[in-house]
Amino acid sequence: MKQVHEVHFITELFGKYDGSSLQSYLEAGGFKPLQQLLAGGSEKILKEIDESGLQGRGGAAYPTGRKLRQFLSEKAPRKFVVCNADEGEPGTFKDRELLRRNIYQVIEGMIITAVCTQAGEGIIYVREEYTNIHDHIEQAIESCYQHNYLGKNILGSGFSFELRLFSGAGSYVCGEGFAMCESMEGKSGRPRTKPPYVKQAGFLNLPTLVINTETLSAIVSIIRHGAHEFRKYGTAESPGTKLISVSGKVERPGVYEIPFGLTINEIVNGLAGGMKNGKKGNFVQIGGASGGILPARLWDTKYTYEDFSRAGMSVGSGAIVVADTETKLLDYLKVVQDFFNHESCGKCTPCREGNRQLRIIFDKIAAGTATAEDFYRMEIVLDVMGSTSLCGSGKTEVVPFNTAIKYFPEEFAVFAEFEKRAVI
Amino acid sequence: MSKELELLTDQVCAGYGYDPVNLLPILQEIQQRSEGNYISEEAARIIARKLNITESRVYDVVTYFSALSAVPRGDVIVQICNSTTCSICDNRELVTWFEDELGVKVGETTPDNKFTLIYTHCIGACDIAPAVRINHDVYGGLTREKVRELVASYRAKEAVK
Ligand SMILES: Cc1cc2nc3c(=O)[nH]c(=O)nc-3n(C[C@H](O)[C@H](O)[C@H](O)COP(=O)(O)O)c2cc1C
Ligand code: SF4
Ligand code: FES
Repeated sequence: MKQVHEVHFITELFGKYDGSSLQSYLEAGGFKPLQQLLAGGSEKILKEIDESGLQGRGGAAYPTGRKLRQFLSEKAPRKFVVCNADEGEPGTFKDRELLRRNIYQVIEGMIITAVCTQAGEGIIYVREEYTNIHDHIEQAIESCYQHNYLGKNILGSGFSFELRLFSGAGSYVCGEGFAMCESMEGKSGRPRTKPPYVKQAGFLNLPTLVINTETLSAIVSIIRHGAHEFRKYGTAESPGTKLISVSGKVERPGVYEIPFGLTINEIVNGLAGGMKNGKKGNFVQIGGASGGILPARLWDTKYTYEDFSRAGMSVGSGAIVVADTETKLLDYLKVVQDFFNHESCGKCTPCREGNRQLRIIFDKIAAGTATAEDFYRMEIVLDVMGSTSLCGSGKTEVVPFNTAIKYFPEEFAVFAEFEKRAVI
Repeated sequence: MSKELELLTDQVCAGYGYDPVNLLPILQEIQQRSEGNYISEEAARIIARKLNITESRVYDVVTYFSALSAVPRGDVIVQICNSTTCSICDNRELVTWFEDELGVKVGETTPDNKFTLIYTHCIGACDIAPAVRINHDVYGGLTREKVRELVASYRAKEAVK
């Protein structure tokens, strides 16, 4: 295996400055991209983002340049930019590092995005589970106000931008744009039906741009170094770099910035130091609890949007959860199912009732009483959930189960085995 | 009691301009400052009145979010992660350690109302799995001995209060 290294494009300033001091951020070259924008105008910046090919890192992989232009064309007296730091997908902790180690770049990304799309108000929506970094974020916001990077007439540019932190209260679904807006309006966070879209009628029914923490950070680095530098990494269809969260049975779990195109093997056995205690790899789950299960025999699959798509999964949140052969796949899937069972907001029938059915089936598996018929029922439930659920939660929850059935059919033979035993 | 609650509620709601848009931070703050670390039925009723919204809306929000509670809890909430990575990394052992040390099962509160032991979904500390959150602090890489020390240190802090 060739030597693999992390890259530091988005994470360039990690450890290069005291993450809590605005002064040291400035000394490290911080806010130069904003100055570039204020001097050269937003069209140039939007073009740079278009050319970079940056795709949203929140999971949906929508082209960021296009997203910003669409939001620019929404006209309203009040418009909101919301940094999505809800990071609820199990196995994910890369936004945590961006907030902790380079919060000023996240804020700079928000200011740049707001100026480019003519939005006057911003909110950093941070999950409640990260309460221990809320103060750190609020202090950074405060420093930016003190030095007029936030507030009225930023650096004399004529542009104003108000920014604050909003704490979630412990709900996975609130990472979805509409659910997030509902929770910020003081309601239980359940998604709304589309259209209209969040960008048209989100928070307080006003145009709202919900954008991931990493996407915002990447925007700043792209302006700092130019789209061509970003495109030196990755593949034609997956340009640039990506922050991944590697956890589970590896020697060196952690957040790594990688160029798209490394293989899972290179990530697990190279960057993350190999399987813990030299145990045998079993599978990885890619992109969170709603992500695909990839067996160890396919770990030469490349980490790109296109390769994952061919394998029936997606990059998702950037999580890679690594399991060795001590973890039984069906036990693991039960944990995944429990998560969704708890987190389903209950608004739409396919997801609410589908989860209830799946739970019954997984309880039967655990008790050793599942039958072949339960297996067929599971396939039908998954099919209905995946195609008719209201939001991305129910739609993508089926991915781990479908990929597990696809790649580990032998594990599901137990249904028939149980039945045989039951008949005797 | 009622009067105190009325006062606290009014103070917090006033801080947010009595605007129901701010229901979530209002509830978080009132819960944090309430005996029992929860939103009681009485508190919910007062909040609804102050903000001019229905009680059922307050109740809906309180029961929807896992950081809010409609039932009394200990001052120290111990949350053991039972999501994907932590389940792979043997969180069951951690559960028994805390159960032993606190003398309660997951889902219960200690008789002195100091500690509540519950499960949580992923807290974004998968790199130190199995992870546990005690109030706002997160710990990983624990051993039986460290769990004992940790619980003792929180007990001591509570005793000082
Ligand atoms: C159930 C659910 C949970 C989500 N959770 C998150 C999250 O924690 N963080 C995030 O950035 N995006 C999350 N998303 C995706 C967002 O809805 C949205 O697409 C994203 O924040 C847009 O940012 P981007 O364009 O930078 O990717 C979630 C979506 C769904 C359906
Ligand atoms: S898919 Fe699930 S989480 Fe999404 S709206 Fe329906 S019930 Fe709620
Ligand atoms: S899975 Fe336990 S902290 Fe993430």
